[in-house]
Amino acid sequence: MVSHTLEPLTAANTADAPAVKGPPGWRKLARSVRKLVGLAVIVVVWQLLAARGDLGNQTPTPGQVLVAAYDLIRSGVLLDNLAVSVVRVAKGLAIGLSAGLALGLVAGFSKAGEDFVDAPVQALRMLPAVALAPIFLIWFGLGDLSKVALIAFAPLFPLYLNVLGGIRGVDERLIESARSCGVGTWGLIRRVILPGALPQILVGLRQSLGVAWIVLVVAEQTATTSGLGVIINDAKEFLQIDVMFVVVVVYALLGLATDALVRLLERRLLSWRRGYAGV
Amino acid sequence: MTTGVKVRQAGRRFGSRTVLRDVDLDIAPGEFVALIGQSGSGKSTLLRAIAGLDPDATGAYEVPDRHAVVFQEHRLLPWSRVWRNVTLGLNETNLRERARRALDEVGLAARANAYPGTLSGGESQRVALARALVRTPGLLLLDEPFGALDALTRLKAQALVARLWTEHRPAVLLVTHDVEEALLLADRVLLLDGGRIAETFDVDLPRPRSIGHPRFVALRRQLLAGLGVADAEEKL
Repeated sequence: MVSHTLEPLTAANTADAPAVKGPPGWRKLARSVRKLVGLAVIVVVWQLLAARGDLGNQTPTPGQVLVAAYDLIRSGVLLDNLAVSVVRVAKGLAIGLSAGLALGLVAGFSKAGEDFVDAPVQALRMLPAVALAPIFLIWFGLGDLSKVALIAFAPLFPLYLNVLGGIRGVDERLIESARSCGVGTWGLIRRVILPGALPQILVGLRQSLGVAWIVLVVAEQTATTSGLGVIINDAKEFLQIDVMFVVVVVYALLGLATDALVRLLERRLLSWRRGYAGV
Repeated sequence: MTTGVKVRQAGRRFGSRTVLRDVDLDIAPGEFVALIGQSGSGKSTLLRAIAGLDPDATGAYEVPDRHAVVFQEHRLLPWSRVWRNVTLGLNETNLRERARRALDEVGLAARANAYPGTLSGGESQRVALARALVRTPGLLLLDEPFGALDALTRLKAQALVARLWTEHRPAVLLVTHDVEEALLLADRVLLLDGGRIAETFDVDLPRPRSIGHPRFVALRRQLLAGLGVADAEEKL
């Protein structure tokens, strides 16, 4: 018969888990390089095909686009109009993201809220921004407001869906145990529900930012005197294809920049996560 | 903290199935009670009702204001550092120091700044214990807290609970399906069967306890018989 007495646990017999090591410096560098390779390949292929005339004799090479961009920057046209567009997107996002977050929270926290909010949001979600653009012109006038309203409208939905989905995905058992620790409603939202939903919310944020830039293009197609859309419209008018390409590239860069911003947020806010990061 | 637990006519139905029926239970201040029974006997349901986590439970419950629960899963917030988990729901000043002291008691002061994802199963469960202790509970509710641990870690965790109970003397209700665990730790073992307390065993063994003690062996046999597994035991 085995006989044993329980020994109290001490710090000595509890080895600490090893600290998580970051990748060595050269590996980080290799990753940054690798991230640029895909983009570089696109530029190189574009250069080769355009130089050979395989993309039609109208398509400028990246080099020519760069020259056109330089001229546009020097004349101030690009930066002035870029600033106008960025401000529009910022305003639209400020409204749209707030609304998407607020509606998602309302629907997420209470069943009654979901019942009230979800059906109308789902119905509006199906309306394409392209179809709404002329209606918004009628409602909000030819000025900036109609553009901002359109940019506010579209990004609302991806964020809403992901906020709601994120909240629904929070582990009920964590909520129960937090309650048993005496956490009140506000504490529950702040300490448990929002952080638990955050990974999903950030996915929604990424989608919303992408949608915002796309809708910007739509919004600036008509009745506009300033913004990136104006440059592209004017260029179309005068068949300045290199200028059109400059704007397209700027759109791409803006998309990349906002995505990088969210990635940064993710790294900051989700550092606790130990999900599968890929091999 | 001078009051114990007084439960009268605890009941709980899930649809047409009655899981708890008219359970009366008293736990004196500082008393360690184990609740044992087969799966589905209603033991976790009773604990949740006492913890106030089940709004649909019926009956009268007198429970110390300061009570804390440790669940089978550690249920730590993965996005909060260990010390923030320990002090979750507290709003006094100097939380960090309080967390450090509680973590020190479970031998994990060095991990205060770690995220729960970097802890082992046993460490996580000890943090959950620290989170309960920091509230200086008059009643500690343990819902199969060692069920998911490997055998060796479980023995250590049981010893830790025994030590902490000796030092702080909260009333304890331990839900378990492990007969030896109940007999190692509890003053009294209640056998729950079909939603009722079927039998009560006073564990009159000196502490620290040894599973080789003849009285321990006898009690163990009685408990297993109560659980209806005595025959299987004999054959082994």
